[in-house]
Amino acid sequence: MAVPLSHYLTVAAILFTLGIFGIFLNRKNVIIILMSIELILLAVNLNLVAFSAFLGDLVGQIFAMFVLTVAAAEAAIGLAILVVYFRNRGSIEVEDISLMRG
Amino acid sequence: MTIQLLVFYMFAAVAIAAAVMVISARNPVHSVLFLILAFFNSAGLFVLLGAEFLAMVLVVVYVGAVAVLFLFVVMMLDINFVRLREGFLQYLPIGALIGLILLVELILVLGSWALTPADVGAVAEQPVPSERTNAEALGDLFYTDYFYLFQAAGLILLIAIIGAITLTLRDRPRVRRQRIAEQVYRREEETVDLRKVQPGSGI
Amino acid sequence: MFAVGVVFFPLLGAIIAGLFGRWIGDRGAQLVTCGGLILSALCSWAVLPGAVGGEPYTVELFRWIHAGTFEADWAIRVDVLSAVMMFTVSTVSALIHVYSVGYMAHDPSVPRFMSYLSLFTFFMLALVSADNFLQLYFGWEGVGLVSYLLIGFWYTRPSACAAAIKAFLVNRVGDFGFALGIAAIYLVFDSVEFDVVFGAAREFADTELVVFGGTFDTITVICILLFIGAMGKSAQIGLHTWLPDAMEGPTPVSALIHAATMVTAGVFLVARCSPLFEFSTTALAFVTFIGATTAFFAATVGLVQNDIKRVIAYSTCSQLGYMFFACGVSAYAAGIFHLYTHAFFKALLFLGAGSVIHAMSDEQDMRKMGGIWRQLPITYAVMWIGSLALAGIPIFAGYYSKDLILEAAAAAHGPFAGYAFWLGLGAAVLTAFYSWRLLFMTFHGAPRASGEVMGHVHESPRVMTIPLILLAVGATFAGLAGLPMVEGTGEFWRGSIFVLPEHDALEEAHHVSLLIKVLPVIAAVVGIALAYLMYLRQPDLPARLAGALPSLYRFLLNKWYFDELYDRLFVEPAKRFGHGLWQGVDVLTIDRLGPDGVAASALTVARRAVRLQSGYVYHYAFAMLIGVAALVTWYLFAV
Repeated sequence: MAVPLSHYLTVAAILFTLGIFGIFLNRKNVIIILMSIELILLAVNLNLVAFSAFLGDLVGQIFAMFVLTVAAAEAAIGLAILVVYFRNRGSIEVEDISLMRG
Repeated sequence: MTIQLLVFYMFAAVAIAAAVMVISARNPVHSVLFLILAFFNSAGLFVLLGAEFLAMVLVVVYVGAVAVLFLFVVMMLDINFVRLREGFLQYLPIGALIGLILLVELILVLGSWALTPADVGAVAEQPVPSERTNAEALGDLFYTDYFYLFQAAGLILLIAIIGAITLTLRDRPRVRRQRIAEQVYRREEETVDLRKVQPGSGI
Repeated sequence: MFAVGVVFFPLLGAIIAGLFGRWIGDRGAQLVTCGGLILSALCSWAVLPGAVGGEPYTVELFRWIHAGTFEADWAIRVDVLSAVMMFTVSTVSALIHVYSVGYMAHDPSVPRFMSYLSLFTFFMLALVSADNFLQLYFGWEGVGLVSYLLIGFWYTRPSACAAAIKAFLVNRVGDFGFALGIAAIYLVFDSVEFDVVFGAAREFADTELVVFGGTFDTITVICILLFIGAMGKSAQIGLHTWLPDAMEGPTPVSALIHAATMVTAGVFLVARCSPLFEFSTTALAFVTFIGATTAFFAATVGLVQNDIKRVIAYSTCSQLGYMFFACGVSAYAAGIFHLYTHAFFKALLFLGAGSVIHAMSDEQDMRKMGGIWRQLPITYAVMWIGSLALAGIPIFAGYYSKDLILEAAAAAHGPFAGYAFWLGLGAAVLTAFYSWRLLFMTFHGAPRASGEVMGHVHESPRVMTIPLILLAVGATFAGLAGLPMVEGTGEFWRGSIFVLPEHDALEEAHHVSLLIKVLPVIAAVVGIALAYLMYLRQPDLPARLAGALPSLYRFLLNKWYFDELYDRLFVEPAKRFGHGLWQGVDVLTIDRLGPDGVAASALTVARRAVRLQSGYVYHYAFAMLIGVAALVTWYLFAV
């Protein structure tokens, strides 16, 4: 193995953290949140595949496949909700979405 | 420094840079495009790892479908350029702290290495077969051991389709649609009405 | 048996009238209470000869407190002293009950009034027939309570309510001293029963008691504490401020409680405790001093008062002072004798004043009266009789008792005896003066009331005049009838009053010089003459005198500024203290830490918690993230 496992894991960790930053640091719109979630899922996939390769176990890749499927489904539903919300409220600015204020 | 390492660094660097740009780009369309770039580079990393099937699936599904969907929505919602609002910095310190903590912990975990690469292969659940390609090996598993999960994944996608359509379908009143069933079940008595008309007078 | 009847018939009447007044109506209440009192009075007449002629006896009723060595039972003690007191109290009270039927006829709450009057009589009788200090205290407190209820009878009047509270509070100060005295008695004698305490008094005569680090003579401490209680109840100087204001109550109340009975409880206490007082010359001196000072002080204030009832109230205060200094010079019998005669003529004066007020359409200011003697012949006559008795003119009751007191003071050797004699004599002059001032201002001269009021002036109905006449008979002949009380060396009392042989003031009183015997009468005549001069001959003289000595006049009119002094010393600081405690402690501290604080902090905490619910999704995502980080950290380091 020319590239040690730790490298891959580090990259995955950084991507994960960036995704998390994206969730709460953005002040622009909700789509950024959804994209950040995709980044997080990507980081998780990378982790799974890296381990699969290094342990010689295909389970990791199978699991990554399913993660991919679910991520796609979730992205579709999330965007659908966003579209409907936009139709009703006219804006997807993060700061305007505070209907659940207690 | 082998070529592999070099390629790895290239892919990794670009992926991370693209991820940073995703969350900090001002134009949302740019964000989506940078997301696509990040996906491509991750696919490259996957290929490096020997999971070429997954890499291609990443490109086809994520980039081809999900990212394009994002793009559609971004275009459709007419999102404007947003200047960076104040208050961004309000969360930066604590957010940075939390992120740093997580990052450090994630890397810390690497230190407690429980499994060395030496005794790899001995505990693999599904060891990599040597004569099959990656796609074939995965196919072997998907349709046998993990078949139920495979079908369930399909079910999830079906539900996602139904859900997305139900949420966003609008019933436009001015659009006329065909109602086939009604057309087929129409009876002559309801449709045609014979009248004797006297010449010179109307109905 | 009669003894039990004396005490309990009034209680029965009070209960029936009080609880069932609404069903038996005004008339029923009046009948029940008057009936109860008349029966009680008849019983007391039956008891008296037996007590005087025979040995003292006790009627045990039932057990009360038996706690360790502290024993107190309900019993009715019948000895000469208590029999005389019961006779006085029940007779005068019965007459006042009958009078009240007429006086309070138009009042909306007749049953309540009659019930209170009877209840008061019961407490007073329980007081005088007590066999131990605790029962006496029960009666003592009870009369204080009913006094409060009766002074504030017209409770819709704020001045009445204030006067009632004032009376109760000032009494309380005295009662506190009394309670301490009873505690001291128990401490020293290990019992509160009269027989035990009085029997053992001689042994403790020269012992000492340590109080708050200082050592004092035991009996002196006890007696002075008891006397403080007497001062409160009998309105002696210092604790007298409640008596004039107590005139807010209806006139029969003033007659019964503040002339004949309750205020005399203090004198009764001192006489009853004569076995104790005799062994403390300091206490006797104190009693003499206070009594004499009060006698003079009250008389000076009574000179210039304009309210008819207040004049008589100060007169009562003054006469009580006489009774006390009589006891102070060990002439207890003279004190009780004067108490007994005073009950009659003072009640008479009050009821007569009530009759006048009734006739003048509830006017009480003498400056607005005058010229009504022809229209109120009976009232006028009885007022004359009462005043003659009060001034101590021979034949009338007061002459015998008052003269005797002054003679005893002259004959005594105690520290303040001379002081008492001269002050008493001066007070006699003043007493006569203000009594005739009252008579002249009220009945003589040109009418100063409006024509409308004068048109309504009428003599009182028979139900009011008959008690007046009966009291007048008493005021006239009670003195002669009661002379045996003070003859000889006190065999009449059969040991219920104890006098040490060396304190022979009373016996010596009969042998003083003729000058001293005659001086009080001369003093009275001088007073009457002065009053005649200033109010009939030259009616502008009083005003000129007041104008010439304005500050003295104001000093007397404002009762020597006692009320203002107490207000500044006690009332205002107490109010401020209470206010401070309320605001500072109750509101700021207790409420803030307790209910208000808890409620407010619940609100504050909730408000802060609400900020978590911002409605922003990314806030929620952030919260989730923090949770994840915490979970991972905990998992890494704790597991």
